[in-house]
Amino acid sequence: MARAMLIDESRCMGCRGCQVACKQWNDNPAEETENWGTYENPPELSGITWTKIKFNEKVVGDQVKWLFLKQGCMHCTNASCESVCPTGAIRHYGETVIVDQEWCIGCGYCVSACPFDAVHSLHEVTGGGEEKATARKCTLCIDRTSNGLTPACVKTCPATALDWGDRGEMLAKGNARVAALQANGHPKARLYGERELAGLHRLYVLVDEPSAYGLPESPQHATTNLLGQWLGGIITAGVLAAVPFWLLFKRQRAAEAKEETSGGGEQ
Amino acid sequence: MTNQWRDLKNADAVLVCGANPAENHPASMYHINKARDERGAKLIVVDPRFTRTASTAEIYAPIRSGTDIAFYGGLMNYILENSLYHEEYVVNYTNASFMINEGFQGPAELDGYFSGFDVAAQSYDKSTWAHQTDDEGNILRDETLQDPNCVFQLLKKHYARYTTDMVEQVCGMPRDKFLEVAQVFAATGAPEKTGTILYAMGQTQHTVGTQNVRCMAMIQLLLGNTGRPGGGVNALRGESNVQGSTDMAILYHIIPAYMATPNAAKHKDLAEYLEKETPSGGYWVNKPKFLISLLKAWWGENATSRNDFCFDYMGKISGGINSYAWIALFHAIYDGTIKGLWIMGQNPAVGGPNARFERKALEKLEWMVVQEIAPTATTDFWRAPDVDPASIQTEVFLLPAADAMEKEGTIVTSGRLLQYRPKVAVPPGVAMGDIEMMDLIYRELRRLYEAEGGALPEAVLELNWSHGADFEKICQEINGYWTQDVTDDDGNVVGKAGEMVVNFTKLRDDGSTACGNWLYSGYWYPADDGDGNMVTASKRRGQKDPGDLGMYPYWGFSWPVNRRIIYNRCSADSNGNPWSEDKALIWWDAAEGKWTGYDVPDFSKTKGPGDAGFTDAFIMLPEGKSRIFAVRNEGPFPEHYEPLESPTTNPLSSVQFNPVVKKWDVDSGQDVGDNVGTADEFPIVCSTYRLVEHWQAGGMSVWLPWLAEAQPETFVEMSPELAEEKRISNGDRVIVSSARGEIEVVAVVTPRFKPFTVNGKTVHQVGIPWHFSWQGLAKGGTANFLTPHVGDGNTGIPEYKAFLVDIRKAV
Amino acid sequence: MRRISRRQFLMGSGVSTGALLLPPVVPGFQQVPTFPLHKKVGESRTICPYCSCGCGLLIATDESGHIINSEGDPDHPNNRGALDPKSISVRQLSTSPHRQGKVLHRAPGASAWEEMTWEDAIPLVARRVKDTRDATFETTEDGVTVNRTNGIAFIGGAANNDEDCYIAIKLARALGLVYIEHQARI
Repeated sequence: MARAMLIDESRCMGCRGCQVACKQWNDNPAEETENWGTYENPPELSGITWTKIKFNEKVVGDQVKWLFLKQGCMHCTNASCESVCPTGAIRHYGETVIVDQEWCIGCGYCVSACPFDAVHSLHEVTGGGEEKATARKCTLCIDRTSNGLTPACVKTCPATALDWGDRGEMLAKGNARVAALQANGHPKARLYGERELAGLHRLYVLVDEPSAYGLPESPQHATTNLLGQWLGGIITAGVLAAVPFWLLFKRQRAAEAKEETSGGGEQ
Repeated sequence: MTNQWRDLKNADAVLVCGANPAENHPASMYHINKARDERGAKLIVVDPRFTRTASTAEIYAPIRSGTDIAFYGGLMNYILENSLYHEEYVVNYTNASFMINEGFQGPAELDGYFSGFDVAAQSYDKSTWAHQTDDEGNILRDETLQDPNCVFQLLKKHYARYTTDMVEQVCGMPRDKFLEVAQVFAATGAPEKTGTILYAMGQTQHTVGTQNVRCMAMIQLLLGNTGRPGGGVNALRGESNVQGSTDMAILYHIIPAYMATPNAAKHKDLAEYLEKETPSGGYWVNKPKFLISLLKAWWGENATSRNDFCFDYMGKISGGINSYAWIALFHAIYDGTIKGLWIMGQNPAVGGPNARFERKALEKLEWMVVQEIAPTATTDFWRAPDVDPASIQTEVFLLPAADAMEKEGTIVTSGRLLQYRPKVAVPPGVAMGDIEMMDLIYRELRRLYEAEGGALPEAVLELNWSHGADFEKICQEINGYWTQDVTDDDGNVVGKAGEMVVNFTKLRDDGSTACGNWLYSGYWYPADDGDGNMVTASKRRGQKDPGDLGMYPYWGFSWPVNRRIIYNRCSADSNGNPWSEDKALIWWDAAEGKWTGYDVPDFSKTKGPGDAGFTDAFIMLPEGKSRIFAVRNEGPFPEHYEPLESPTTNPLSSVQFNPVVKKWDVDSGQDVGDNVGTADEFPIVCSTYRLVEHWQAGGMSVWLPWLAEAQPETFVEMSPELAEEKRISNGDRVIVSSARGEIEVVAVVTPRFKPFTVNGKTVHQVGIPWHFSWQGLAKGGTANFLTPHVGDGNTGIPEYKAFLVDIRKAV
Repeated sequence: MRRISRRQFLMGSGVSTGALLLPPVVPGFQQVPTFPLHKKVGESRTICPYCSCGCGLLIATDESGHIINSEGDPDHPNNRGALDPKSISVRQLSTSPHRQGKVLHRAPGASAWEEMTWEDAIPLVARRVKDTRDATFETTEDGVTVNRTNGIAFIGGAANNDEDCYIAIKLARALGLVYIEHQARI
């Protein structure tokens, strides 16, 4: 049964407990930043920043709204990153989209394909002095969720803005919250993620249009020219000699099979 | 806090004034959101800026910094004019009915002053503020609240001037916003409703800070909210253990558990101290037991009735806040009186007001010892970027300290809840706990005094140091113990030498008990964890919550005597019944003939209806009634005065500034000195504050990479209107200047700031977080370079929250 | 608006990211595999050292006692597992290389610290305290016993434990100090 994260942005207070809890659990180091005229930092998601709060300000009449958005991988059912990955390194484990670091060749297709800008390359110097670049992103703390724990960000939220559980339940809870908000002075309240890209596994309760938060109104799946991309990726990375070709196809076919069973398809 | 964090869920309205819980007390939002979800409570934020708390609130009302009394006065006026106060509560539990001396006059009659002001002395003769009494000294009362000289009518007269128009004019708070706030919060005056007020340094760090807090207390009494679930006056204390460090009295004016420091002018010996400091009624009549037990804890068997229990070994003060409180202390360093400074985990070079002055003061020290976990701008002041080390003769010792996870101890939440922390990690290098290092220092001092003698060596040599650095023994001493076997009149053993006392009701004034802090008595004593296991009280983790009110009486230990909500006698009506079933906390059980319920009654357990004083709900006060009218240095009712540096004249009277506050003027006119700016030169109101990503003066946050990443440097927030006027773009580097100095910071231009219309004039307000300095990963201009050396009229807390600056683009 | 260049701290940080341990068994696709926890959650309980909410923390340490994980204690009624960014960062508070692990001494006029041992530093500190106390001690004022020194001030600290504060105030009052203040005042 698919699970999902419910993010109630009407309750988020921008404390960024989630942003740091993600780094703490995943052992991601800090970035060097400067204040660029906002509370928001780092400016963007990156290979070592998998979730962050985007700070949006909006003036409506004489009222100001501070709209916080918890950014990160949406774990789309119809995931562009998975489709464009030439090695099959990106695939679904249940609802969770994972980049297998062993298989990632750092081609960067997933980085440019993601409609939410949630996948990023990380350049790392290994212990042996070897440079390596691979794609990184939120894993929904799959090691935690595999073991009966909630994702680190969900657990830490003091505003009770984050929840985790069965996707159907999260949808029901989100819709109930939207109805309550609509009845209490937030006519634009809505649930985001129910149908986008065949269903996201991050669902948002918003009190304004998605664009006010910096979310795409209707996110699109990346154009897929899969065979060409696999080949391009393989050539780019020069791994022909290192990786058995048949294995790549096997993994990709398996991933496609998985996509079919989950009933995915663009809306 | 009068209440507990978890009790916030019981509130029907949450008024946040001068606090920012979403940022500075994030876990509180968990409980506030419960109140919103389960009770439909509204969250109201009154603040000069639109904070992260405001972003999630139902109502946000802007207010110019330094005008809280005008707002609260307007709120009280609204409550009184519309008869929204909780009458039964007000009549029975407050001093509203008390008759005041007929000579009393207030600002309505005396243009901003109360009767008795002595201009030369800058203080009040308070004789006209006294109660009217009968021949036996009993206070006269008018329970109809109609007599023009009763507190209630004086209050009404005083705040009649605080109209909605006046609130708008002084505070710059739009009229409709004020009325919205007033309507929602005043509705908690209904007997079955409660509302809570949350405040923090946004209320206290003003020259009228004490009176700001008084206002909140008065409003909560008028609405009948104090002592009840979901109510109270709740200080969101700023540090993990500032409650405990205050209880332990690391302050010039008190000794542990809120007893006055001996004063040469008042207390020549123990007898005079006890005579003058022990009131005739209320629980403080037990003060001699608490003081003598403290002296026994400190000087052990050397403290006897023959030598006043070593009372004279404690240094006596000669003066008040203008002699010893923080600002005065730094003046005493600056003028050379203080030659050595011993610091335990504090960073005045960043956190002190007029910090350039305070840094310069440090240069005048002969020596400084700092117990600290990491280098700060204080430990390394002698090599700050703008100083020449060769010119500074201060000898400095940096003693590396273990942090909270690396040593054992207890701390106290804002809700008076003591919780034990074991050692869960190792400290770096040779760092050690503060107890261990102070033990080493004491032992060496003792060796030196034994070998060499010196000034009053007895005070050091006779000190009871049998605990050494043994944590368990220190806790037992704080908890209190019998110093000898004690039997009652019938010969029954009530205490055995060396055993801990169960709580402070056992303490005695004959030297047979010792106790380091009477309020904590019981904290180290075994107590039920709710499942029948006896566990050291402050180590308990019992999950039971009888009444489902969030009291969790089996979790930790809440001083005093594990009481979760203080003044909780008020949670029941004048007959001893709960005001409403869903907020029943304690009540009179007629069948059993005692008080019962879900909390430890803050009242005599067997005092019932018909007994004298059954409605004297405030047992710490001799008169048993809470004080709507209370003597403070600048008056018995809070009156609005402008901050020391204000952009406008006081619309309420010709008294511009709190008349009892000292204006320091050392080296005024110099580059570094007690300088005060005017609105001509510095037209913008500025306030300092904190961010969720950092902590205090940065000693525990600015060098943590994850936090430095999230908030990397100092910034100033300003409105787009001000930015346009000053030709500043978002992200520009700008210079913020005050009469004390200037700093370069990043401009954050945001519609969350809006200009105020005050007295018909546009007034801009800006704000700067104060965590930063040249030390650490997150760094930048130190906001306290700008703040003034002026303090509250009763406590001396600096006026960090309202002062004047100007801003220009950096070139 | 200035966008800024960012240098990722990863180089030489010794921290490995994305360190998911793959499931032990290559999965079939009908079933989501169990990923093992890449580190332990921790069972040592403590209380957050930052604000006054008193939230419960769970701490895990490595064999040498250094913190490798910090998160909220779900059993604690104040926070039920929730934590703000500072509380979570206690791991860096304890393990950061910026922590002070050595006793340092700065001589008058010196431009740098010198390292010291506790054995050398404590006698020097006690000597300064005693000399200043003895030189500035006042026994009476206008005939009243005052037994105080104005020559030494003690300040701090609101992050220290109750017992630290108790020992500090006991010692300070016994020495006759009267200039005693801390964060609660400011």
